[in-house]
Amino acid sequence: MIPVLLIFIPLVSGLVGFLIKNEGNARGWALLSSLATLVISLWGLTVAKTSPLLHTNVAWLPDLGSRFAVGLDGLSQILVLLTAVCFPLIFVATWRDQYKKAWNFYALMLLSQAGLIGVFVATDALLFYFFWELALIPVYFLCSQWGGERRIAATFKFFVYTFLGSLLMLVGIIWLYWHTPDHSFSIESFYGLRTRVSGQDQTWVFWLLFVAFAIKMPIWPLHTWQPDAYEQSPTATTMVLSAIMVKMGLFGVIRWLVPVLPIGSWAWGDTVSTACIIGMIYASLVAIRQDDLKRLVAYSSIAHVGLMCLAIFATTTTGMQGVMIQMFNHGINILGMWIVIDLIERQFGTRKISQLGGLAQKAPGLAILLVVVALANVALPLTNAFVGEFLLFSGVFSSTATQYNVVFTVVAGLSIILSAVYTLNMIQRVFFGNTNALTERGVDIKANEKLVLAAIVVLIVVVGVYPKPMLELTKETAEMILTKMNYKL
Amino acid sequence: MMFSGIFTKSKTAIRNTAIVGLVFLLIANFEDMIGNHVPIDVHKMLFFDTFGLLGNSIAFASTLLLVLLSGRDMEKVGNNLAEYFALVFFVLCGVAIVTTFNTLLMLFLGIEIISIPLYILTGADKRNLKSNEASLKYFLMGAFSTGLMLLGIAFLYGASQNGTFFIDDLWTGGPTVAAKPLFMAGLLLVLVSMGFKVSAAPFHFWTPDVYDGAPTVFTSFMATIVKVSIFIGFVRLFEEGFGDAQDKWQVFVAIITAATLFIGNVTAVFQQSVKRMLAYSSIAQAGFMLLAVLALNSVSKQGMLLYAAAYSVATIGIFAVLIRMKDYTFEGFNGLARQQPVLAATVTIFLLSLAGIPLTGGFFAKYYMLSAVVSSGHFLWLVIFAVLCAAVSVYYYFRVIQAMYFKDGDGTTEVEPGAGFKGLLVVLAAVVIILGVCPQSLLSILSKFPYTW
Repeated sequence: MIPVLLIFIPLVSGLVGFLIKNEGNARGWALLSSLATLVISLWGLTVAKTSPLLHTNVAWLPDLGSRFAVGLDGLSQILVLLTAVCFPLIFVATWRDQYKKAWNFYALMLLSQAGLIGVFVATDALLFYFFWELALIPVYFLCSQWGGERRIAATFKFFVYTFLGSLLMLVGIIWLYWHTPDHSFSIESFYGLRTRVSGQDQTWVFWLLFVAFAIKMPIWPLHTWQPDAYEQSPTATTMVLSAIMVKMGLFGVIRWLVPVLPIGSWAWGDTVSTACIIGMIYASLVAIRQDDLKRLVAYSSIAHVGLMCLAIFATTTTGMQGVMIQMFNHGINILGMWIVIDLIERQFGTRKISQLGGLAQKAPGLAILLVVVALANVALPLTNAFVGEFLLFSGVFSSTATQYNVVFTVVAGLSIILSAVYTLNMIQRVFFGNTNALTERGVDIKANEKLVLAAIVVLIVVVGVYPKPMLELTKETAEMILTKMNYKL
Repeated sequence: MMFSGIFTKSKTAIRNTAIVGLVFLLIANFEDMIGNHVPIDVHKMLFFDTFGLLGNSIAFASTLLLVLLSGRDMEKVGNNLAEYFALVFFVLCGVAIVTTFNTLLMLFLGIEIISIPLYILTGADKRNLKSNEASLKYFLMGAFSTGLMLLGIAFLYGASQNGTFFIDDLWTGGPTVAAKPLFMAGLLLVLVSMGFKVSAAPFHFWTPDVYDGAPTVFTSFMATIVKVSIFIGFVRLFEEGFGDAQDKWQVFVAIITAATLFIGNVTAVFQQSVKRMLAYSSIAQAGFMLLAVLALNSVSKQGMLLYAAAYSVATIGIFAVLIRMKDYTFEGFNGLARQQPVLAATVTIFLLSLAGIPLTGGFFAKYYMLSAVVSSGHFLWLVIFAVLCAAVSVYYYFRVIQAMYFKDGDGTTEVEPGAGFKGLLVVLAAVVIILGVCPQSLLSILSKFPYTW
């Protein structure tokens, strides 16, 4: 019941949104709808884990063995919560952004929310694929219609990349489907496959699925679409892309790949981990050299996601829980970064670090909030990312799935230091130093922006100081996934 | 029983009669499906099973849609409207034979009844040189492939044990028949000529010129109704006739499929004219349909019908809009969304369907094709190759969407389209979406009627 509501509220209100031909009303409508979704997702957290409210399973395509099956467990709860929290924040934070034909913009945003939530709650492989694509299409139109100058080429690259991945995943899903004993797409049948599919088959089917997820995350060397797409998208869409959409890839690996094909995951674990490590270092180094704020955050996102993917393949409870919690934290933190960038860009018309400076004198409120968000981004203690990254690192370090655990930990630790370099460097050059002609006219942020950034700061600190509810929420799912992963022939 | 429509047709020359005729055909076909046969002795030459009859329904319904959407545009081609309709109905007669044939002779007859009127329709625009050229080219190439087919049929006749044209008897005698070189030679000749008719590579060279040169209404007709019905005949022939020798010819079909997918998709990328792009895209789509011939199981037969329906509806819709455009190049579509939001939105849905995006009929069509091959367990490389090509196809389909929505321009139609035209397009788009959300709506028809294949 609850997951169905979570999908249909944004879906229906999105479709209705196309008909509201008034900018102000459309904006209000979108905010209202996203708040309703948030309320429902909070309600989902309060009901008991065994409650039938959390699951729905009705016939959809009986001939194909696919059902409309959706459900909420710890993992999907946390990501649904992230989606539900982010959307209202995005709408409020970009309240003053102007769009041509804004009603279409907000309608498409809501449709992409429906797709994202669908991905997180689907417990049927074909349904999962459906929502996976459904989340992509609105984003394609959002970026192409309202993006920057080079938007058409950039979003096109993004679309072809992800669509290619999706199709390979589709082949993988079909292949697995024909190997289930009852020809069904249900997640239970897929989880049963780990004993039925030979190790040899697992090693190549693994790649069909993993490429799709790796493109979405993105993992080096499949990341090249990302900086362009982030840079060229309208900021509200960039927030969706980076705060929530990259989590689709991580989620896909945790839910649909490693428990289904444990031998394949085990066989390629080191390869994937190495790619993650290379990507982390590479992205961090590139980030240091960026002058455009959007591109800087885009590359930092590649580094952070790489760490999470690394921890999945470490196959430890702490690592797995760390990934689940860090997915949430990363979404919140990067959202905060984008909001700050959006504020700067709207006020000064530029995102170039070299053209900014001394903002702290003109906009102290903004500076304080940014510093908190940025410190969370480099995982300082008492911030949420510290909890997440601590778990990730201890998970990778104590891993028995790989013999290179120490090397991986050390090199990954290096990327954290690099992340401190580029983040602090950015703060210094944008907020401190002397003001120039451009930043002289700067004013502090407005109430709605303060509200959103304050909400983010509160989330950062609360999760950082008191992570226990999150840990409890994810424990059971993490252990369930790990028992399936640790299966040996 | 099914052909009465043709004779009444040729007497009257108005569109409405054609529509009535088509509706009549559809009803007759439907009556036949639910079991109200009018017994006519065809000496087992034709075999009306659910597969063929559903194929007929799709072909007739698509023609009806075409006439409803673009009937007026047919009048602009030339003065001989009555003849055009008569020829279209002749083709439909051939379609009915090809979808339900039971002997190689009937297959040959059906293909010829389809082809000859098409040669004329292609050249219908007498004052246009390109149209004349296309017609001549099509005729020469078509005649050649007909010759090959006839030779192949003769070989098969000679190779079969008792000398028979009946497709289900070809195999009597088992492996000894298949071992004869004559049998394989005949099979390959038939495969080549069928490949020619469905414009599979490397026998596709006539397609772009003919599709480009022919009046757009008839291009639409050729690319959809004719193509899918020949495909249904293709599947029928290879299943009934050569199904048991599958391991012998599968590799040839696989190579043809791969070549078709590759050439169709890659060449379409470089086109400047939307009409020519659609010609290549139809080659690419033929590649996907060939996967059904390759796999030949119950999944692929269902998928074939779904593909036929989804592909025809989407393509007819796009062509219907294309006919009314001033300019057939991609630039001609620039900014169409601002001038004609309804047309742009529906064309977008049709294009998404052709590209195989979920929530449209095209997705499940492609899904069935892939699933059919994967379930057979062989030729996985071909499946992966096919999805790579499908990703390429996104490029040229989305170019039209980009032109319509994201580029500035004053792309518009020649005359303001009527409300009926727009309404019908919206209905078609709704059909595409319904097929995409619950393909069961079409497929359940399959299970309702008694299986007779």
